[in-house]
Amino acid sequence: MDMQKIKELTELNGVSGNEDLVREYIKTTISPYVDEIFTDALGNLIAFKKGKSSNIDIMLSAHMDEVGFIVTGYTDTGLIKFANVGGIDERILPGKTVLLGDDKIPGVISAKAIHLQEREEFLSNWKQRNLYIDIGTEKKDETESLVELGEYISFNSNFQELGEECVKAKALDDRLGCAILMEALKGTYEFNLYACFTVQEEIGLRGAEVAAYRIKPDLALVIEGTTCSDVPETEKHQHSTRLGKGAVLTIIDGSSYADKDLVNYIYKLAKDKNIPVQFKETATGGNDAGKIQRTGIGVKVAIISVPCRYIHSPVSLMSKKDYESSQNLALAVLEDMSSNMNKLQSLIKEEK
Amino acid sequence: MVIKSVLKELTELGGVSGYEYRVSEILSNHFKEYCDDVQIDKFGNVVGLKKGTNSEKKIMVTAHYDEIGLLVKSIDENGFIRFAKIGGIDPKILLAGEVIIYGEKTLPGVIGAKPPHLLSPEERKKTVKIQDLYIDTGMSFDEVTKYVTIGDYITFKPISLELKSDYFATKALDNRCSFASMLVALEELKGLRQEFDIYFVATVQEEVHLTGAITASYNIEPDLAIVVDVCHGEMPDVPKERSSACGKGPAIAIGPVLDKKLTKKLLEKAKNENIKYQIDVESGGTGTEAWATQVSRCGIPTVLISIPLKYMHTPVETLSISDVSSVGRLIARFTASLVIEDFKQKEASLWTCKK
Repeated sequence: MDMQKIKELTELNGVSGNEDLVREYIKTTISPYVDEIFTDALGNLIAFKKGKSSNIDIMLSAHMDEVGFIVTGYTDTGLIKFANVGGIDERILPGKTVLLGDDKIPGVISAKAIHLQEREEFLSNWKQRNLYIDIGTEKKDETESLVELGEYISFNSNFQELGEECVKAKALDDRLGCAILMEALKGTYEFNLYACFTVQEEIGLRGAEVAAYRIKPDLALVIEGTTCSDVPETEKHQHSTRLGKGAVLTIIDGSSYADKDLVNYIYKLAKDKNIPVQFKETATGGNDAGKIQRTGIGVKVAIISVPCRYIHSPVSLMSKKDYESSQNLALAVLEDMSSNMNKLQSLIKEEK
Repeated sequence: MVIKSVLKELTELGGVSGYEYRVSEILSNHFKEYCDDVQIDKFGNVVGLKKGTNSEKKIMVTAHYDEIGLLVKSIDENGFIRFAKIGGIDPKILLAGEVIIYGEKTLPGVIGAKPPHLLSPEERKKTVKIQDLYIDTGMSFDEVTKYVTIGDYITFKPISLELKSDYFATKALDNRCSFASMLVALEELKGLRQEFDIYFVATVQEEVHLTGAITASYNIEPDLAIVVDVCHGEMPDVPKERSSACGKGPAIAIGPVLDKKLTKKLLEKAKNENIKYQIDVESGGTGTEAWATQVSRCGIPTVLISIPLKYMHTPVETLSISDVSSVGRLIARFTASLVIEDFKQKEASLWTCKK
């Protein structure tokens, strides 16, 4: 499986609210394959591919943004105070490296030396508010001239293959979804296809909300990176997904209830095509599907996800096989619906 | 000599305490460029002798070259690696960290723990323990055990981050930066007249037991020991009296472990040579090899010069390269300025130190 696109996408910095670089990359790459392309007021990139025969509107959604940080202040000695953008476990922060702004100024997150910690300090977790970023400057005005208030900050983590089967990167959630949407746009379909590369998912599904409202699709498919907790120190029943066991289908999570018929159809299709597939076995978390589902009079949604261990950290890890399965499944769904419009009609019909 | 590239080269080497052999040859080659004789002793201490005009007195300069790290303890049926720590490591900084495992081949890995959303409120309050953590190499048991066995050592992943104003951040700057300072000193000594023999020693196992310094000082039996190490760099939440500012030059230690007369001479030398310095008051152990050299054989007058380092014992140790350079310069100027009177004891010994 070629991972070049995943490498390029994950090494771009696009913290929620600052997705420009990701959008430009995607826009340039997909332009040859689409009929229209449009950036809306919030920054969502919407690519349209006209259907050959039908006016049914199918929406694909993947978010471009990633979790990260934003500059909130300075200390007198030139250190930078910061806030999280999106959900980050603050316990992971000390001793990590980051890149600030478009100039990618490198910085390190402070970590008080073990020798200097009082017993009580040693036995308690650091709070994000007590940490700062050090870029090597010694004075406040020097730092201010290099890094402005409100500057976006990303984790500094390169793409890396781990073993035969896995890759490590930041922002796998949800650049992997972007990559799959980009692949889907190479196909031609009977129905209208709207591929939405959304913004600000990580701070509350903001982009998808307005994108879905604009399109009011008949059906939506969300492609995501999801939690994978098949790791030591967890009970089997807590394993939301399992690495290497294929594309993930969600029945319910904290934000949406996937359409039953649609999920069953996708599951059966996966089985028919021998694409490894699994269900998400916890009901927590959420993604763009939550907003899309409740747009207008309602949209039938389903979610195909790739399991990501250590999600929302600089070292999220996925299996190349799972990524391949998810891509194959998403493409299979689109192809099958396109070649079987009666099936599609029955999936989107409203029951009176 | 470009200090930044030497620092980068030295810190990218993986040499955890007890496993320095992977690094010793490289350090020895650096010494060979400047020294008259270079030996690696049976513990792995790398000793470079720079001869003077008078072999009556011996000066020893030490800087340990081991680094803190981790050790493979077990590998579970799914390929996850459990580990122990070597040296003082705060488990809290390990979460979502990146490491290199030195097995049959070097493997990258990431450190995982129970995911945050599965922690009970009580668990969340507690800090993570080393036994709760594991390394994920993305490999199955069968794949990972081809390369990794119990007892293999692990280091943080080097990051070699060039920060603003000549600051540099990565792992193992404690204490490879002091080795770089020794090279600066050797370079500087080329242009100086030096009376006494100087033994530059890169020592092993400081982080666990000061072992290298103990054996090297016994072996060399110097008349003066100059220990070069790192001290805590100033940070907002650390009292000023427990730290020294990065970028403000060598921290010269004063305290019971350090020889009064020679420390005074060292301070004067820094002043005369216009080397900006700061005072590091050490009321007791110093946390360095000075503790060991001082009491070797019948006792060795010892001085301590430190490079301020922020975030010590983490993957993002940070220093100002200017400090590495000025520490090196001070070592050279000080050692070259020593004369026979500097070694005179208050009283002549009643009994010679028996070998």
